[in-house]
Amino acid sequence: MSTELPVLTKKDFQSDQEVRWCPGCGDYAILSCVQTIFPQLGIPKEKFVVVSGIGCSSRFPYYMDTYGFHGIHGRAPAIASGLKATRPDLEVWIATGDGDAMSIGGNHLIHTLRRNMDVKILMFNNRIYGLTKGQYSPTSELGKVTKSTPVGSVDYPFNPLSLALGAGATFVARGVDIMQPHLRDLLTRAHAHTGSAFVEIYQNCNIFNDKAFEYMSAKQVRADQTVEVLHGEPLVFGKEKDKGIRLKGTALEVIHFADGHGPEDCLVWDETDPNPALAFMMAQLGPPDFPTPIGVMRNVALPSYDYGLVHQLEEEIESKGSGKLEDLIYSGELWTVGEGGQVTRGKAVADPG
Amino acid sequence: MSPETKAKSASANRLEPVDEVVVRFAGDSGDGMQLTGTQFTSTSALLGNDLATLPEFPAEIRAPQGTLAGVSAFQVRIADYDIHTPGDAPDCLVAMNPAALKKSIGDLKQNGVLIVNTDEFHDRNLKKAGYETNPLDDGSLAAYRVTQAEITTMTHRALEEMDLDSKAKNRSRNMFALGMVYYLFSRPLDTTVEWLELKFAKRPEIAEANVKVLKAGWNFCEITDQFQVRYEVEPAKLAPGVYRNIMGNSALSIGLVAASRRSGLPLFLGSYPITPASEILHELAGYKTFGVSTFQAEDEIAAMAAAIGAAFGGALAVTSTSGPGLALKSEAINLAIMTELPVIICNIQRGGPSTGLPTMTEQSDLLQAMFGRNGESPLPVIAASSPADCFDTAIEAARLAVSYMVPVILLSDGYIANGSEPWRLPKIEDLPDLRVDFRTDPEGFEPYMRDEKTLARPWAIPGTPGLEHRVGGLEKENVTGNVSYDPANHQLMTDLRAEKVARIADEIPPMSIDGPDEGKLLVLGWGSTKGAITGGAQKARAEGLEVSCAHLRYINPFPSDLGDVLSRFEHVLIPEMNMGQLALLIRARYLREVVSMTKVQGKPFFRSEIQAKIHEILGAENVH
Repeated sequence: MSTELPVLTKKDFQSDQEVRWCPGCGDYAILSCVQTIFPQLGIPKEKFVVVSGIGCSSRFPYYMDTYGFHGIHGRAPAIASGLKATRPDLEVWIATGDGDAMSIGGNHLIHTLRRNMDVKILMFNNRIYGLTKGQYSPTSELGKVTKSTPVGSVDYPFNPLSLALGAGATFVARGVDIMQPHLRDLLTRAHAHTGSAFVEIYQNCNIFNDKAFEYMSAKQVRADQTVEVLHGEPLVFGKEKDKGIRLKGTALEVIHFADGHGPEDCLVWDETDPNPALAFMMAQLGPPDFPTPIGVMRNVALPSYDYGLVHQLEEEIESKGSGKLEDLIYSGELWTVGEGGQVTRGKAVADPG
Repeated sequence: MSPETKAKSASANRLEPVDEVVVRFAGDSGDGMQLTGTQFTSTSALLGNDLATLPEFPAEIRAPQGTLAGVSAFQVRIADYDIHTPGDAPDCLVAMNPAALKKSIGDLKQNGVLIVNTDEFHDRNLKKAGYETNPLDDGSLAAYRVTQAEITTMTHRALEEMDLDSKAKNRSRNMFALGMVYYLFSRPLDTTVEWLELKFAKRPEIAEANVKVLKAGWNFCEITDQFQVRYEVEPAKLAPGVYRNIMGNSALSIGLVAASRRSGLPLFLGSYPITPASEILHELAGYKTFGVSTFQAEDEIAAMAAAIGAAFGGALAVTSTSGPGLALKSEAINLAIMTELPVIICNIQRGGPSTGLPTMTEQSDLLQAMFGRNGESPLPVIAASSPADCFDTAIEAARLAVSYMVPVILLSDGYIANGSEPWRLPKIEDLPDLRVDFRTDPEGFEPYMRDEKTLARPWAIPGTPGLEHRVGGLEKENVTGNVSYDPANHQLMTDLRAEKVARIADEIPPMSIDGPDEGKLLVLGWGSTKGAITGGAQKARAEGLEVSCAHLRYINPFPSDLGDVLSRFEHVLIPEMNMGQLALLIRARYLREVVSMTKVQGKPFFRSEIQAKIHEILGAENVH
């Protein structure tokens, strides 16, 4: 194969299908982001596969001019796992939503993460069921009033980052639909990671849950209501870069530089820490007492499932030789019945006919 | 002829030729009865007998010792002619404890040989088995020829000089029983001796102990003249060829590997452990040198979904399961139907509904296989009819899947999955050529364009430049594969998906009828009932009855000449291990009345039951 790849552009990844999300939906921004970074990854176009489940976000593959698989509700990680396990040469991405990934497909999600299958999971979190027209989701906040919870939900939401960390995910990150440069960076880093990459993307559903993330993503509050987690950097935030987060005892707390603290007092983030405890603590942060963390919470190197699987096959073949069908069939205790009906042990030299 | 009929004319300890015998070894789970039965089978196979075996083990892994729940049994039938089943009733029963006796004695033929280990017939064990009095003393076994042997005591005596603990000595008891049975049926010991020496090559003292006890069992019978009559079964006249004894799940696994090799496609199995299908996962996991990938999924749904993903990527994709698992896979199977991807779904049926009878057999998933999905969702359904036939059926399932780009359901069941029979090994070059052509040419490519003959869409796998396309569960426009809600297109696609499956009938070979191809009665079956049906019909025909039988491998679609075949018989009898599922399909499809014969007792049909039913229908005398 030639080492020179054709130069790909965003346009190469736009399919001829009319995009049918509601006008103003956050999904448009995520689609644009993915279409922008795919041509920059140095991968031939035919090697990309986008797999999805069911829900608004899961229409994603139809709009990408790559190989695509629009699956069934919740099963995208399982479909993608079978594909990646047998075709490790492919670049497999999953588009899923909070209902698809956290509710009906929760089992597949955690096991895919546990196995460190080399797939990139983009979970569009709009904290609502959109395609079924507005029921609460497993990430909706307690007390959420929806069509299926007219006086408020009484169940507690999942924190997707905590769930992913708890499942042993090796790459865990959070981005926001409207924060494009940041999101592009996250997705590029997800690609660079070997193994499962879980990226939660806050995504606005302007029909059923509008402005769900305004509290942290609106331009005027963003700097004070988010903290960008950067590997090797102290956790500093605020419009004036005048606040930070430090570890005190076994808890995180916000410190104000006006009180005599400085960046040197802040926790320096280590995304490669094999112990996920701090990442788990970070994942818990949010209003009213804390800014919402965004960025890469965890990024540790472990061999992927597909690598392990293929490696085992290669090792076995190398040490024992490629299996011969004849040997497989003609194994065990054999006996031969001759033309005259005589029985001899084993496979007789004469052609058995 | 069975031993007891011959026995009448036998003088003391005379060697009597018989044409077949059925032996059942029964004991506690820890008594090694499966191994004992397997050894008897191997020895008989190498003597050239035809044979069939049926194991029976408890659902619990370690059921309490000495209880009825803990009984493990292995039945083997050997014969000097072509047989089809592991036999109805044993001629000889080995009972290693009271529970084993209680569970099996009802099946033993009148005047059959009963060998019991008297050492185990003490009060505690008798109580555990629910005996109020000792059956060895109370006359309740008068109808059988009982051989009482202190098997445990004599085993220990044989090993007196050996430096083994009591537990280790106990473990070779089964060899004593096997030695006795070898004596009774005039089998040589060398096959088992060699096997023991190989198996315990690293622990020669264990091999030695087992060989000693095996010989002690034989010698005990010879010296004490235990049996009035000994029996001999001549080799069967099997077709020339190389044979091995094979269990259904093993044959199925090897068949899948063969299909992988003959298609050039890497084999992928997505599976979740479930009885009685797990052996397929175990066996294929061991075939890594054949490039076989096995994926133990988190659940049944993921197993099927992963198989679909693998198929999309160009693998020969398989999932294996049993009834409850098939139910969980339904939605994903429909995704394979909709995306028109080849997946082989192996359903090793067991007793249902719900968890049902995991270790016992049934054929009650036929309608689930046919219809257990939402929407109009036809797919090919084929069934294996015997342990060795699982090999051919697996290859055929693969052929249908990749030729027609459809998921295929392969039905087997616990009876043939765990049962065994001699398999006449095929020549590799005689196996079908399953090579497939992936689409590579972008010129004029559309994902849902169709092959004229099979209506299959092209298999265009990721990584192929210029063929980027999207598939999914939403209805697709024919040819372009674009999502379509157009009413006429949905009708067309529904018709096409059905037509694709229906066209398979064009290449199904004409039905083979055993017996006259027209007449009074046809016994029609599918799946694992073949042995009992063939045996029963042949017996009845030998008695002068006008009966034929035929067996279906293809259930969807039916063979195209099935309607014609049915019309040539006055009566049609359909025996099934369910409540009449094939009968329902036949009635619906051909609008003809059939006699439905059903059995759901977790056990296969006896040949004699089929024979009796044939007599009943034809108004003849009862079975002799």
